[in-house]
Amino acid sequence: MFLALRELRFARGRFTLMGVVIALISVLVVLLSGLSSGLVNDGVSGLKAMPATAFAFDEGTKTDNAFSRSVVDEAQLAAWQQADGIADAEPMGVNIVNGVASDGSQIDLTLFGVLPDGFLSPPVSAGEGLGAVDGIVVSETLRDEGVELGTVITLDRVDLELTVVGFTEGQATFGHVDVAYLPIGTWKLLAAGATQPGAPSAAEVEALDFPYSSVVALRAADGATPDYAAIDASAETTTMTLAESFNASPGYEAETLTLSMIQIFLYAICSLVVGAFFTVWTIQRSHDLAVLRAVGASGRYLLRDSLVQAAILLLGFTALGVAAGVGLGAAMPAAMPFDLEFVPIAIASGLTILLGLIGAAIAVLRIVRIDPLRALGGQR
Amino acid sequence: MSTETTTPALDVERAVLDLGDGDSRVRALDDVSLTVMPGEFVAIVGPSGSGKSSLLAISGALSSPDHGTVRVHGTDVASLSKRARARFRLTNIGFVFQSGNLLPSLTSADQLRLAGRLAGNRTVDPLPLLESVGMAHRARHRPGELSGGERQRVGIARALVNAPSLLLVDEPTAALDRRRSHEVVRLLADRAHDAGVAVVMVTHDRDVLEHCDRVLEMVDGRLGAPSLAH
Repeated sequence: MFLALRELRFARGRFTLMGVVIALISVLVVLLSGLSSGLVNDGVSGLKAMPATAFAFDEGTKTDNAFSRSVVDEAQLAAWQQADGIADAEPMGVNIVNGVASDGSQIDLTLFGVLPDGFLSPPVSAGEGLGAVDGIVVSETLRDEGVELGTVITLDRVDLELTVVGFTEGQATFGHVDVAYLPIGTWKLLAAGATQPGAPSAAEVEALDFPYSSVVALRAADGATPDYAAIDASAETTTMTLAESFNASPGYEAETLTLSMIQIFLYAICSLVVGAFFTVWTIQRSHDLAVLRAVGASGRYLLRDSLVQAAILLLGFTALGVAAGVGLGAAMPAAMPFDLEFVPIAIASGLTILLGLIGAAIAVLRIVRIDPLRALGGQR
Repeated sequence: MSTETTTPALDVERAVLDLGDGDSRVRALDDVSLTVMPGEFVAIVGPSGSGKSSLLAISGALSSPDHGTVRVHGTDVASLSKRARARFRLTNIGFVFQSGNLLPSLTSADQLRLAGRLAGNRTVDPLPLLESVGMAHRARHRPGELSGGERQRVGIARALVNAPSLLLVDEPTAALDRRRSHEVVRLLADRAHDAGVAVVMVTHDRDVLEHCDRVLEMVDGRLGAPSLAH
């Protein structure tokens, strides 16, 4: 530490330059992490908020867009309802629609058709819960777009009129589109193409015989680990856990892969840049280090000192960069899918520091190869 | 007291050292013997490539001779492991290099403190030593702010921090003008005589030899009486 601190102070210009690069990388890492979390939430927060443990799709459904592609019938549903270890198995309908609000603004919605008194029925923070055949529950974030209790949303083409009866707390989006919960009966009416222009009526729903839904939403019994594969085989379905089902949301995999690749590149750049800096720095002072070794300093002492130096540099400037990144992130416009979450940011900054340290460690390892004889003038 | 006065600070016996490989193989030290007693100031002169630095290297336990023995204050340093030699250098041998070779980031006082810390002594008071080389007033200055002579003085003080029995000095006047050269070499002579430290100085500056107790000349790896002394 003795030498490390004094060198940091003495060569503060060089170290600050290096530090600013580290800080800028950290800012980028934080912004990417925020964007990543934001996009994930935008893509699947509607799913994340669900109390389901898994979803059963029709057997062989293509993973991408599986929610809107899959169709399950009542036999498959019944098979799951009788399966061991499953507390609840309910039909769920998924459908992405375009609509126009009563004030004329256009709104895209992902309709989640659920049993109004089932476990998927969303808790409401304002208004009332699901029940009325034309009533929908949407997330609070839709208020920003001018949606209020009582707002009537008319679906394009079919002219079906749905009324907002309640709000559920937090963000609920699916495939970057806001989620609207509606009774599964109404969803079936829509899926069967049996709607009439105007608000749907209970009589229409009663009369409809449409034994299909998109998926079966599952909730495992407390403490039970159901044998999904075995039940899948007999029910002719393909089950994905809640986390796995994120990949079945539109564009999810493509977005997260792109962002993680950029992040991986940033870590590699950080490691290489820090490594290059400490390589040059070690070569620059190799004569000084040779003098110290000649005097009798152990390689271990000099190595430890140099690593402490790198650690101080990395810790200090990463902290600075993360602070700047969080500040910048807080100032992002609301329209941008950007969420600052502690865990991803902590992991990202930890990785920046760790990989920077690895780069520095490889660079300063050359210290042990410095020949103390170099301290004597010319050759020996 | 008896060992202090009877054990030589440096005893090189029939040292042979070859450098390089194959055609470029050169005999750097050819049957060299040298004994230096505590408090004695010995100068070794000779042209470049005569083996002066090699003698310094084996005397300072930086390298080992191919044949012969090197004893520093009674310890056969060639028999020590690499790590043990480094520890031995820390506490028993002081080095003064060309133009001081101070660390650019440290103040004069910190140069001495670091030398103490390396040897496990965290409570070095650098001021008395700096005072003894006339550098107390420059304790807070870094090498970049010191003149060549001042740097050499700090370098000498640094070499003495751990109270070595042997001080090895490599071309201390290489970067100095005549007057400063005399000052620095006189300082080394004073230190040798006052503190009872054996000093071996390698130089090709024949101008400063008047301060030395003994002058030897090295030619083609052989050590002998000088062709031109005092």
